[in-house]
Amino acid sequence: MLINIPKKFDLNESHVTDEPIYHERRRLLKQMGFLGAGALMSSAIANNAKAGFFSDDEAPFQTRTLTYSKDPFNQTLIKTPEKKVISHNNFYEFGSKKDQPAELAQSFKVEPWQLKISGECDHPITLDYDDLTKLFPLEERIYRLRCVEAWSMVIPWIGFSLASLLKKVAPNSRANYVAFETLYDPKQMPGQANRRLGGGIKYPYVEGLRIDEAMNPLTLMSVGLYGKTLPPQNGAPIRLVVPWKYGFKSIKSIVGIKLVEHKPSTTWKKLAPKEYGFYANVNPNHDHPRWSQASERRITSGGLFTRNRIATLPFNGYSEEVADLYRGMNLSKHF
Amino acid sequence: MTSSTKVFFLKVIIHLGALLPLANLYFLAFGDGLGADPVEVVIHFTGIGALNLLLITLSISPLAKIFKQGYLLQTRRVLGLYAYTYALFHVLNFLSFEVQFDGALFISEVIERPYITVGMVAFLLLTALAITSISKLKRKMGKSWQRLHNFNYLIALLVTVHFYWSVKSELTSPLFYLAIVLLLLLFRVKKIKRLLLSLFT
Ligand code: HEM
Repeated sequence: MLINIPKKFDLNESHVTDEPIYHERRRLLKQMGFLGAGALMSSAIANNAKAGFFSDDEAPFQTRTLTYSKDPFNQTLIKTPEKKVISHNNFYEFGSKKDQPAELAQSFKVEPWQLKISGECDHPITLDYDDLTKLFPLEERIYRLRCVEAWSMVIPWIGFSLASLLKKVAPNSRANYVAFETLYDPKQMPGQANRRLGGGIKYPYVEGLRIDEAMNPLTLMSVGLYGKTLPPQNGAPIRLVVPWKYGFKSIKSIVGIKLVEHKPSTTWKKLAPKEYGFYANVNPNHDHPRWSQASERRITSGGLFTRNRIATLPFNGYSEEVADLYRGMNLSKHF
Repeated sequence: MTSSTKVFFLKVIIHLGALLPLANLYFLAFGDGLGADPVEVVIHFTGIGALNLLLITLSISPLAKIFKQGYLLQTRRVLGLYAYTYALFHVLNFLSFEVQFDGALFISEVIERPYITVGMVAFLLLTALAITSISKLKRKMGKSWQRLHNFNYLIALLVTVHFYWSVKSELTSPLFYLAIVLLLLLFRVKKIKRLLLSLFT
C-alpha cells in the first residue's frame, strides 16, 4: 500500500510548537478571555475561559503506551501536532464545539468495555477491553483526515484492519453492509443528555459501510494515536478510521458492529439528507450545499498566518486503493 | 454627575470593552495561542461580536426611552461603528485566513452560498451606514439619513439568518438571537408600520 503524498504543501518540522509554550498560551488565553471578553461577548473564548476555571482540578484521562509496528510508507508526511489532534474534535456526545470534547470527556470510563460484533455472520463475538489491544497485532497508520467542514489533519493512528476483525466472525452471504453504533450513556456523555450541548443530533450515533468498503485494507479499527491509547475525545477505547471518507464516517467509541443485509441508516444523513450522504467519499467536485469542498485548510503547527489551504484530492488522495470500489457509480448522485 | 460626564465614562467603557477583546484575540492568534484551528475561532469571535454590538446599538433607544435617560442616545454612533469594525474584521478574517486571498474562491462563495450572500448584503448595508455616520454627511442627507439608517433592523435580521444558515446542527444560539431581534422589532411596531405604509402608498 503506497500512499501518494501531495507536494503542494511544504512545511517542516521546525514549525512544531513546543508543548509547554502552547500550554502557557492556552492558559493565558483562558484568563484574559475571561476578564476581557466575558462581559460583552459570549464566544468560544469566553466558553474556554469558564470551562478552564472549573475543570482545572479534574484529573485528565490516563492513556498508556502501546506496542505496534511503524507505518513503513508515510513517515515523511507532516503530521498534525498531537496537542492539536487531541484538542480539536468533533464528538458531539461531549459538546458540539471543537474544544468541548477535550474539556468534557476526561472522566469518561472505557474499562470495562464491550464491543459486540453480530448479525449476518457465523461466529458472532464480544470483545472485552483487553481484547481491543491484544487480539490483533497493532500497526501504525499515518493517514490524512479530511473533515466535511473543509479542514484536515495528518494523524498517526494505531490499530488493526477492520477486515481482520470481520474475518474472525465470518460474514455470511447476506452480509452486504456493516452497521456501527456508538455507546449511548447520557450519564457519561453530556451531549446525549442535553440537546443544546449535543448539537441537536439523534443518539446513539450510527454509521455504516458497504461490506467491500469495510474489508478494504485501508479501513482501520483504531485503538490509539501518537503511540498511546486513544484519549476519550478522539473516540476511546476503539473507533473506526476510513481515510478516504469525510471524518464523520469514522465513528467513535464503538459498542456495536452488526453485519446487515440492507443499507443501514446513518446519523448525519438522517439529519440532513441533502447535505450528507451514505458514502461521504471525499470529493473535490461535489460541494457541500453551503461550502466548497474543492480545497481544505491543513491543520499543522503554526498560527493564523500559516498559508495552509491546499487542494482537496479525490478520495482524499487514496484513489489508487479505493477508486475501484465505486467503478461505474455516479458519485454526484451517491455522494 | 452631569449627562456629559456620564456619556464620557460610558464611551471609555465602550472603547475598552470593544478594543481589548479584539486586541487580545489577535495577540493570541499571532502566537498560535487559539487552539488547533485559530481561523475558526477568529471568524466566530468577530461574527458574534459584531452581532452583539449591533443588537446593543439597537437596544439603546428603547432603553433610553424606558429609563428616561436621553443621554444614552449619544453612545449609539460609537457602538454602531464598533459593530462595523467587528464585521469588517470578520469579513477580512474570512478573506485572508479562510479562503486565503483566493479571489475566485471568495467570489464564488459569495455567489453560490446563500448564507454568505446574505452576510455580504448585510455587510454592504453596514458599510453604507458606517460611511454616512460622518457628521457632515449626516447633516447633508437630512431626512434621507434616517431612512437609510432604518436599514439597521433589516441588517440585524439578515445577520441572524446568516448565522442560522451557517451552523451545521446546533440551532439554539441562532434562535436565541432571532428572538432578541424580534423583541427589538416589537419596540418599533409603530415605526415599522409607518415605514411599510410609506413603502406601499
Ligand atoms: C461578506 C460577508 C460575510 C462573510 C463572507 C461571512 C462569513 C462567515 C463564515 C465563514 C462564518 C462561519 C460559518 C461556519 O462556522 O461554518 C460566519 C459566521 C457568522 N457570521 Fe458572518 N460573514 C459575513 C458577514 C457577516 C456580518 C456582516 C455579520 C454581523 C454583523 C456576521 C455575523 C456572523 C455570525 C454571528 C456568525 C456565527 C458565528 C458562530 O457560529 O459562532 N457575518 N460568517
